Amino acid sequence: MTDGQSHAHPNYWAIWAYLLILTVVELGIGFLPWSKEVQILVLLLLAIWKALLVALFFMHLKWEGNRMRIFAIAPLPLTIIIVVAVITEFVW
Amino acid sequence: MPHPALMSPPARREIGADVYSEKLGMWIFLGSEVMFFTALIGSYIILRFGSPEQWSLPGVILNVPLTAVNTFLLICSSVTMVKAFAAIQDGDQKGLRTYLVATVIIGAAFVGVQVYEYVDLISEGFLPSGYGAGSHLAAEAAEGNLPASIGVYGSSFYTMTGFHGFHVSVGVISMAFVTWKAFRGDYTKEDHRGVEVIGLYWHFVDLVWIILFTIVYLV
Repeated sequence: MTDGQSHAHPNYWAIWAYLLILTVVELGIGFLPWSKEVQILVLLLLAIWKALLVALFFMHLKWEGNRMRIFAIAPLPLTIIIVVAVITEFVW
Repeated sequence: MPHPALMSPPARREIGADVYSEKLGMWIFLGSEVMFFTALIGSYIILRFGSPEQWSLPGVILNVPLTAVNTFLLICSSVTMVKAFAAIQDGDQKGLRTYLVATVIIGAAFVGVQVYEYVDLISEGFLPSGYGAGSHLAAEAAEGNLPASIGVYGSSFYTMTGFHGFHVSVGVISMAFVTWKAFRGDYTKEDHRGVEVIGLYWHFVDLVWIILFTIVYLV
């Protein structure tokens, strides 16, 4: 019962260090002289980047078959619809 | 002569998502969890855009350094979890047990820090319903240094972080069960489904925290 796991172990400590560095960068963004909007945008992009690292390497989506990946990403368009829909309530 | 449809060979059995059922079940559950947390985030967006005057700047009321430590803990617990899984993939029982114990301890530490954070915030006067009567924060608000009212901010903060903390707590309890099974020798190099399935849940909870930490504490 090790389907999709026949790869060599990735360097998990490197991913760990990567995540920590991105977290420190996130904490530093607030001290930069950027506008609030740019800061929020960069912070959200960094969060998505970190989430992707966790999903691809720790949850092994990088090595799963395509069917499994489709299961994993199926809810994401719905999340985008909800978030965009509620934001547009206030933008327009 | 039977009907032609009855003469055709039976359809080949579909292999589904090409993974074992427990893993597929966990992924479907995680899909529902994505929608659960998206609903919370959607409500948060509506409340925050609707009452921006109730939010204080990041780090004014909430303790960002303390939660940064918690973020560090959760990322560490994710790497120990995946190391436990890698260990049993190689048939390393000692590694599996060591890393699982580490994951349980670090996960419990996260919950402990969150409880401390809540106790601290409540004693400061940051309640789900707004400022506590006669509290330090209420006095600050009366002087005009903080928003006049923060009920919406407080309730969305405690709802989002509370549901996440509940998920971590459930994860710690489940992980303790898996650890107990690991010490009993239930997992082998050939069959370690339980370790992988609890790992998926655990990493998902970490992933949700990455998003929540950003939008609740830093934005």
